[in-house]
Amino acid sequence: MAKITLNINKKEYPLEADPQMPLLWAIRDLAGLKGTKYGCGVAQCGACVVHLNGEAVRSCVTKVSRAVGKQVVTIEGLSETNSHPIQKAWQEVDVPQCGYCHSGQIMSAVVLLREKPNPTDQDIDDAMAGNICRCGTYLRIRKAIHVAAEEQKKLAPQG
Amino acid sequence: MDNQTVSRRNFLKTSAVTGAVFSLGFYWPSNAKSAKVINTADANKFGVEMNSWVHIDASGKVTIFDHRAEMGQGSYQAVPQIVAEELEVNLNEINVVFAQGDAKKYGNQVTGGSSTVRGSYKNLLKLSATAREMLIQAAATKWSVPKLECYAEGGHVFHKPSGKKFHYGELVEAASKLEAPKDVVLKKRSEYKLIGKPLRRLDTPLKTNGVAVFGLDKQIPGMMYAAVERNPRLRGKVKSFDDTATRKIVGVKNVFKVKMGVFNTYREGVAVVADSTWAAIQGKKALKVEWDDTGFEHLDTETIYKRQAEALQTQEGLVFKKQGEPTEIIAKAAKKIDVTYETPYQYHAAMEPLNCVAHYQDDKLEIWGPIQAPEWVQDYISKEMSIPKEKVTVNMTFLGGGFGRKAFMDYPHEAAVISKEIKAPVQVVWTREDDATQGPFRPGITYRCEGVINNGEIDAFKVRMAGQNNDHWRGGKKDVANRSTSEGFLKPYTESIKNLAIMDVPFETPIPTMWWRSVYASTNGFAYESFLDELAQEAGKDPLEFRRAYLKEERLQTLIDKVEQVSGWKNRARGAGYGVAITECFASTVAQVVKVSKAPGGGVKIDQVWAVMDCGWYVNPDTIKAQIEGSIVMALGAATIHEVKFKDGKAVDNNFSTYQMPRITDIPSIEIHIMDNDEDAGGVGEPGLPPFAPALTNAIFDLTGKRIRKLPFSLIGV
Repeated sequence: MAKITLNINKKEYPLEADPQMPLLWAIRDLAGLKGTKYGCGVAQCGACVVHLNGEAVRSCVTKVSRAVGKQVVTIEGLSETNSHPIQKAWQEVDVPQCGYCHSGQIMSAVVLLREKPNPTDQDIDDAMAGNICRCGTYLRIRKAIHVAAEEQKKLAPQG
Repeated sequence: MDNQTVSRRNFLKTSAVTGAVFSLGFYWPSNAKSAKVINTADANKFGVEMNSWVHIDASGKVTIFDHRAEMGQGSYQAVPQIVAEELEVNLNEINVVFAQGDAKKYGNQVTGGSSTVRGSYKNLLKLSATAREMLIQAAATKWSVPKLECYAEGGHVFHKPSGKKFHYGELVEAASKLEAPKDVVLKKRSEYKLIGKPLRRLDTPLKTNGVAVFGLDKQIPGMMYAAVERNPRLRGKVKSFDDTATRKIVGVKNVFKVKMGVFNTYREGVAVVADSTWAAIQGKKALKVEWDDTGFEHLDTETIYKRQAEALQTQEGLVFKKQGEPTEIIAKAAKKIDVTYETPYQYHAAMEPLNCVAHYQDDKLEIWGPIQAPEWVQDYISKEMSIPKEKVTVNMTFLGGGFGRKAFMDYPHEAAVISKEIKAPVQVVWTREDDATQGPFRPGITYRCEGVINNGEIDAFKVRMAGQNNDHWRGGKKDVANRSTSEGFLKPYTESIKNLAIMDVPFETPIPTMWWRSVYASTNGFAYESFLDELAQEAGKDPLEFRRAYLKEERLQTLIDKVEQVSGWKNRARGAGYGVAITECFASTVAQVVKVSKAPGGGVKIDQVWAVMDCGWYVNPDTIKAQIEGSIVMALGAATIHEVKFKDGKAVDNNFSTYQMPRITDIPSIEIHIMDNDEDAGGVGEPGLPPFAPALTNAIFDLTGKRIRKLPFSLIGV
């Protein structure tokens, strides 16, 4: 066990953890933030995606020690008021069914939209193929990302 | 004692005998002598109970209880949307709360069979309208005006002539003491403000910011975490175990053997209790367990299907339905079709693996989890652990998918046993590997289909299935045909085909099997609808026209017209393959047309799916569309991507690395239509699944002339 400090959603969490513990379980069990989900434990489903210094990582296979000194953002920290363009688009299109995978879907989509503000269907497929949705909301995920891209354009500074 | 109390008691007595749970009268609002405040820890929060679903507090806040599980299918939206309509409240101003398991208050709470709306909408409409009328009466009495001068809207009662108003909170106490009116007038469908509208789901915002509490997110003070190494050979026992390495892992607190019920059988495992999920999982990995799995045959997939095929050659089977002389006609026919279809075992693969929180203390037990059948859990654990039923409280969280698996009682029972042993609250976490390999699974089935065409018509039709009977896991009789032998097959065929036999060839294995979305229709649909296509081909007829000739009911003809029109069936594109299938499931009928074409890199690709659903009366068309989209994706996976295989008595694939799932790259374009009529409500969550696989393989036959009779198959391998 080791004393470590994680910065999650711009807040410091002093924790005592096995350095080998996956970041997922540190976020969920030690920091008590339950929005990030466990799906497979082997980086196959994407339910556990969080941002580490802005990059999407699979927290189920990322050792907690790797996150020390970095900025971790989870679904809870994506926006103050559930209003990131991706969140709003998810609501407008009514994407989730059971909803369990969507923390990870949203965190993956946010990175896609940052890197490709006008994604094609192919871009979306490439970026989102690592996230499984058993309810089969894929068509709505694709649609919502396009909706969010449009919304983001409106928010961007004009001129 | 007033009449109302008498009738309610009589009903309860009746229901215990007949098992009827959907009768009116059961869901009756409170009145003078039986008015009560909700009996939970949150009682004060929710205010006065108008009926089991509706509570209103003094400020006018309305709380609507969802008595069913929310696993994505939309009960959290549908139940309030129905209640709010007749109660006259604004949907965006209410609370929605999951009801606890309580069969006396809510009747059947088992969220299966696509039954939430169809099983309770008439009662929900009536009890909500009744509550509304009582609130209006209370206002009229307070104002000393005729009730006819008053009306309800948006959580208020208005006096039309004067413009005066009360909010419901000012009326609820007086209203709850009134005699309930017997025959309230329900709105006409044309008067609905909420029902039938594609309203956005109330739970969506909770699922975009991590706020929704799923089973795995539940935490209670002092809670420990447990992982269990269960016998990998299904239903086996623990002979001995060595926990030396496990106990060296920091955070591990306790290790012991557990036994949990799986319906009327048991399985054993070794529980590792720790102070974090990670420590429990690490401790479980470090265990050395010697299993005792004598008494169970260690089957392979190949053996299962070989035996099914043999059984279908050597045994006639139990009669499910028989009319005319199909066997005799087939024996004498110069030309007959005699084909075999195979469907695989399937895993539910909900994204949220099984888990459950249990807190056993003194003489009572409380459970929280992703649970599809709260009152079954209550009942089962009460019996297994000898705790009075009223001391077993079962709370449903949001479910991260269910698909039938979370209607079993094994995982809550296991959690309860562990909590009792450690004398502390515990969350039992199943790893993905546990979830994927322990079953119960959807049974894989082989069908032998024989038929004779004479003058372009079906002269004989005989379908026999060999596959495990889910009812046997619950003590069902073994000398009668599986009651689901024809599930998925449209009933009118059994009236219009004169010489017909539907048979069940009994088949058993030690592999636990149970419901999987759309249950037997999910596999039967492939056999029946592929076979019909083969018969149409033999008859030299258009597959849709061939079906139409046997489905005389006007409602079905209208459905066929619709799917024919939206898919452009009559003007089908050249160079493409079109296939159709129509199945019935949980009181709804769905027709699908699939269009395929040759893929550039080899094999075939799906260009388009058209689905037409006739589910009668419905609540939210957007939820229905979402359910059909999801059903098609799930069917696509089961038809072309995944299957559970067994080797040496164990499920082979244990995670998504080898048990591949449909992903965003696999999904075809889907167009959905819903029929509008005034028939009773049918199911929505499952009926979209069964027709997809046969519509797809029928389309592939149309394109390539190749008939696919075994699932799953690879699209690129066609």
